[in-house]
Amino acid sequence: MSGSAFLEKGREASADGGKEARRKRSRPVLALGLLAALAVLFLTAVASLAIGSGDVPFRDVVDGVLDPDTAVKGQLIVQEVRIPRTVAGLLAGAALGLAGTVMQGVARNPLADPQLLGINAGASVAVVCSITLLGFTVATQFIWFGFLGALLAALLVYGVGSLGREGATPVKLALAGAATAAVLTSITSAILLQDRGSYDQFRFWQLGALTARGSEVLWQVSPFILVGTVLALALGPQLNALSLGDDLARGLGQRVGAIRMVSALAVVILCGAATVVAGPIGFVGLAVPHAARLITGPDYRWVLPYSMVLAPVMLLVADIVGRVIARPGEVQVGVVTAAIGCIPFIWLVRRRKLVEL
Amino acid sequence: MSRTPVVARNATADDERLTDAVRQVSAVRGRGLRRSVLVGSGLFAAVVVVFGVSLSFGDMVMPLGKVVATLFGGGDGGSRFVVLDLRLPRALLAILVGIAFGLSGAVFQTVLRNPLASPDLIGISAGASAVAVTAALLFQVSGLALSASALTGSLVAGAAIYLLAWRQGTAGQRLVLVGIGVGMGLSSIVWYVMARSETTDAQEAFRWLAGSLNGRSWGQMWPLLIALGLLVPLTVLAAHALRPLQLGDDAAAGLGAQVESGRLALLACATALAGVATAAAGPVGFVAFVAAPIARRLVPGRGAALPQAALTGALIVLVADFAAQHLFPVQLPVGVVTSIIGAPYLLLLLARANRVGSGG
Repeated sequence: MSGSAFLEKGREASADGGKEARRKRSRPVLALGLLAALAVLFLTAVASLAIGSGDVPFRDVVDGVLDPDTAVKGQLIVQEVRIPRTVAGLLAGAALGLAGTVMQGVARNPLADPQLLGINAGASVAVVCSITLLGFTVATQFIWFGFLGALLAALLVYGVGSLGREGATPVKLALAGAATAAVLTSITSAILLQDRGSYDQFRFWQLGALTARGSEVLWQVSPFILVGTVLALALGPQLNALSLGDDLARGLGQRVGAIRMVSALAVVILCGAATVVAGPIGFVGLAVPHAARLITGPDYRWVLPYSMVLAPVMLLVADIVGRVIARPGEVQVGVVTAAIGCIPFIWLVRRRKLVEL
Repeated sequence: MSRTPVVARNATADDERLTDAVRQVSAVRGRGLRRSVLVGSGLFAAVVVVFGVSLSFGDMVMPLGKVVATLFGGGDGGSRFVVLDLRLPRALLAILVGIAFGLSGAVFQTVLRNPLASPDLIGISAGASAVAVTAALLFQVSGLALSASALTGSLVAGAAIYLLAWRQGTAGQRLVLVGIGVGMGLSSIVWYVMARSETTDAQEAFRWLAGSLNGRSWGQMWPLLIALGLLVPLTVLAAHALRPLQLGDDAAAGLGAQVESGRLALLACATALAGVATAAAGPVGFVAFVAAPIARRLVPGRGAALPQAALTGALIVLVADFAAQHLFPVQLPVGVVTSIIGAPYLLLLLARANRVGSGG
């Protein structure tokens, strides 16, 4: 934190006339808000089942979910395409939202995001290697490589970021992440440039899409997402302590190293799983926690569940937009999240000083 | 800096301490300047050496004497073709691209006081790429028009980022955040366009996006040379605004610096530099990001170290392109190599740094 930035903050705070003072919302209000967010998520999921690039009457949508008759084309579409797609959005969204929140909390870094810190790039490079070098074509085969890549990238970034005298300062971590992401992306490019067929597969996977996987993969990934979710949600109090700084957290009796380890584990599981489900999707993990903090304030015990609910909303809305924006074709969800994620994100950055982490 | 302190004739202990202190300070300053010049010369020499090597080495190895003779109008038709038409433009282009990216990154990181604020990270290169790829794949634009579209893209992206981050001045952190947002949005446009186009076109665009000097000729050289001839002096002119800026906005304003206009002029130059370099060789990864930190590490305490950063950039791209052509079993785009050699070095710097993040 340089002196000038500090002055800057002072100026901003006074310019906003103290409007930015953190509001403490009461627990019942926050709990109600979470219920409302869940209701929104439910409606989004219904919309995701009902809206698509083809027209399916709503009657068929309901039957297709509850009592599918595969002889009816509309119901077949719902059963075979839209349900897996919606489930993929729910799983990947929740995973990305939680992973982003935990990363921002542990790194005390408003920029922490699976995409920016190179974890997605790690998963990508591993997936690409498994496609080109080992000839894997089925997601169930390269799922493990996605995890492995995410894990190695996370270890590398965190290891490098925490070397040196002051440990893992936010700036060092972000730099290490950016560096790692760039290297891994380059390696991915280098491999793909040698091999036309793989590149053709990869350029669609790289966009991030919820349609890329069959329901079989979703079943395989969901236990991981469950474990990661439980880990992440349990980390709330610890992340609160960490947000006071390492020394104070230690003073409160927290084991800082252990918290970081568990957090890293949760992040790797969640990011790896999300990448396997939907390819590398940026922005959701970055933007959603900030949006959640706008509602909840800085308490991670609330930021985590809110992010978990709001992230799939964002992902599914983006996917629905992508289905209807370029009919009869579709725009992949990763493109839409980046395009629509920009706008609220930039607005957030402008509107307030980012919550200090 | 020679300062002879005025010393009273019957020197008291205080005076002696004072003269001693003054002597020490000027000695340190002299050392800093000497080191700066020394490092600059060393980098320049290294660039010249690698330049010579890349002219003489290749599928047809040519002794250096013959290369020099060819450069000065001698040599037979074959060697003239190899040196003058194939190797020389490529090596010169590598140097120019490196200078442009190195300078651009140094200016961005210093002005915004943030090591993450290099053009390749905050969406400037992404802007150039998005417009260029869209123009090439959807509108079949090529040649000079393509370069122009890349430059346009970088300037538009830069202006958008600046305006979006503007709020009673631009703060470094906010600008970086906005830039990353804009960059991600623009990258997604690139991927979408690539996914929509024919395989061969996409493959070609992919190669360009990796940053490549393959098959470059004098055609790409001249626009870049002219652009640099304009932009480098402008940057140097604007750079005297850099020094007070490093003290922070308030201190700089107190010193009478026109903070926001100085910053804007510098950033405009740096954005254009990144744009013309991207137009010539694609978004060569990491050069802008890594050149300035390396230069600053070589010459500590000299502020922005712009000349050293430019030379470092040139050296990185030259070495990387040489490696890309000759040291790997397959021909790689230069951008892949710059990332693969640049990033670990940055990681090493990070690992060995006591404090990273102050002063960019």
